Amino acid sequence: MTGLTFLIPIALMMGLLGLGAFLWAMRVGQFDDMDGAALRILIDDEDDHPKG
Amino acid sequence: MATAPLDHLGTGELTAAEGAGHAHVTSLYAVPGMHCAGCIRKVEEGLARTPGISAARVNFSAKRVAIDHDQAMTPPRLKAAIAALGFDAEPLIDPGMDVAARENRALIRALAVAGFAAMNIMLLSVSVWSGASGATRELFHWLSALIALPTIAYSGQPFFRSAWAALRQGKTNMDVPISIGVLLTTAMSLFETITHGTHAWFDGAVMLIFFLLAGRVLDSVMRGRARAGVAALMRQTAPGAYVVGAGGTRQWIDARNLRAGMIIAVAAGERLAADGELVRGSSTLDLSFLTGESAPVPVRAGDEVHAGALNIDGPIEVMVNAAGPDTVIADMARLMESASQARSRYVRIADRAARYYAPAVHGLAALSFIGWMIAGAGWHQALLIAVAVLLITCPCALGLAVPAAQVVACGSLMRRGVLVKDGSALERLAEADLVLFDKTGTLTLGRPVPVNLADLDPGDRAIVRALAMGSRHPLATALGNALAADPGPPIALDDVREEAGQGIFARCHGVDVALARPDRTVALFGMASEYRHGDRRILLRFEDAPRPDMAETVAALRSMGMDAQIASGDRPEALAPLVRATGMLGAGNLRPADKLAMIRRLSATGHRILMVGDGLNDGPALAAGHVSMAPASASDASQMTADMVFMGDSLAPVAASVRAARRTIAVVKQNFALAIGYNMLAVPLAIGGLVTPLVAALAMSGSSLIVVANALRLRNAAG
Repeated sequence: MTGLTFLIPIALMMGLLGLGAFLWAMRVGQFDDMDGAALRILIDDEDDHPKG
Repeated sequence: MATAPLDHLGTGELTAAEGAGHAHVTSLYAVPGMHCAGCIRKVEEGLARTPGISAARVNFSAKRVAIDHDQAMTPPRLKAAIAALGFDAEPLIDPGMDVAARENRALIRALAVAGFAAMNIMLLSVSVWSGASGATRELFHWLSALIALPTIAYSGQPFFRSAWAALRQGKTNMDVPISIGVLLTTAMSLFETITHGTHAWFDGAVMLIFFLLAGRVLDSVMRGRARAGVAALMRQTAPGAYVVGAGGTRQWIDARNLRAGMIIAVAAGERLAADGELVRGSSTLDLSFLTGESAPVPVRAGDEVHAGALNIDGPIEVMVNAAGPDTVIADMARLMESASQARSRYVRIADRAARYYAPAVHGLAALSFIGWMIAGAGWHQALLIAVAVLLITCPCALGLAVPAAQVVACGSLMRRGVLVKDGSALERLAEADLVLFDKTGTLTLGRPVPVNLADLDPGDRAIVRALAMGSRHPLATALGNALAADPGPPIALDDVREEAGQGIFARCHGVDVALARPDRTVALFGMASEYRHGDRRILLRFEDAPRPDMAETVAALRSMGMDAQIASGDRPEALAPLVRATGMLGAGNLRPADKLAMIRRLSATGHRILMVGDGLNDGPALAAGHVSMAPASASDASQMTADMVFMGDSLAPVAASVRAARRTIAVVKQNFALAIGYNMLAVPLAIGGLVTPLVAALAMSGSSLIVVANALRLRNAAG
């Protein structure tokens, strides 16, 4: 039963971490432009060769 | 739609950071032409390089770009900067009134918290159910309480608030039994935890909130699809105009500061910022915002022009006679707002069910409490049983029954090309028993279609096709579309040249060919083009063709027991062919207010009206109908007002939507029956005092799953 004293806090902490990460992502607008985010990965960031 | 923002027509700016020297502002522009990663990059980098602009950020989902710029950059210059990159852009009014988006986010946050809590409490509850006892069980109960109390206080707010609002008005809705159930269950569980009891119901209370929030989020996501359109009507008016001063000077003035008597200069490609009379120049105007028709209208000095019209051809000067809230477009917005008030009084089916459900449930819980007291149980046990009854009858499945069915049906309709913008639209559509069609642009395509292509022999067809591809004139586009399916590559023409207002001329194998303006005036729809091949001349006539499947759709609607009529602003003679083809009753020469009056009159006789229309002149009628649909070719304002928008040329989605809506309501009613049937099984157990937290958890998730599974049967509803 002493294992519980570690395991339960660990389980709760991990859950809270996930929840916190989700709430943070929502607040900073990670989900604002889902279609755009999917496309931006294709943009080359190097400014030496502007596509025009 | 609020009319208030009309007073702020001049504010393309979101935040005016008043600096000492240069004031930086952020403006929003709609750029519908962005299609790919390359476009995003082009717009962002191209704008950032433009002097006066410090940064630009594209939101691709909303097809918008937010530009940080110097205050010295006027809207036309910003628009020109975007146009220089090859994109059409329209200034957007501050979408700050995005209440729905904020509400949606709050719901998702609450759902995330409830999901986290439900999982962890369930973790603890499972060990209690599998036999934890003594100090361990107490510890677990306390831990559950620690997680559940803040969660209920936070995630339960949407329900508590809505229930309180309903109660204060002396009404009841679905949220009243939910709130009472959750609060009583929590209080009882806390009491049990403190007094070392065997059962705590925290898992049930939190799971209930989680399931119900899932339903709420689905509902809100559906409504969220509509909210992008909020700024659409505002977008149609220009944010301001260059006012011509006494000495020919030009000064940019915001639309809200325009006054009657001023003379504004409108360049080609700009929208008019006020109503007025054309005083200099001539041009053609795109009035599609007002009529939904794409054919441009020629205007000359002396003609009346309206705010929102797009100037196509040449620069004009307009003497303002009405600006801001006095313009025709603002009038229309007010008419639409007042017309939609009846609809906002609509009571959703779930709330109607709750009117009967809530008193029944509370009565039952009270009766079991009294019954057990009379039977000699202690108040503690009687109260426990009453709480169990409340928890087990809490409308968990009822809360999911409607949104689950609607979301699945909307997904199916979306694949069919119908966008459902309003949560209650399907409910209202299922009740409709009379369809009113607008004519131009709704029953018909609203764009010219060639009618006598059969007069051309194959060789001529190929030449006409090649000529048509060389021009962007609406008639050439119509010919190009009609002949696009012809086999083979287009033939090559020599010496192709387009003369504005005259036509397109070329040589083919040494013979002069042309698509030109006919010498004779042709009255029919005002549209014809002459094909010339050497000395041969063939007149190509154009008509506004009926949509494909028109007659079939009307017949299908009739077979579903719906009457259909035409309400048009067009001449009654123009209605005759359509009336003959479909057998509908038709009324012509109707102004927007007449259409509104017609709908009010029909509604007063007990009809529930489905209005299908496209022009801004249908706007008030679309808002007043019990439910409304608009084609995707409709004016922005109509698409925004309509409950549903359908894509493509065919009219068939109208009938398919009605069918899907009726099936959806049938499934919703089945879901109600299932949820209530489930309760009928579980309630005797609860009244008998046999329901443990385990049974409650099983009953709740079981009924929710069944309801969702039943809703999934609708995935081909629009099929």
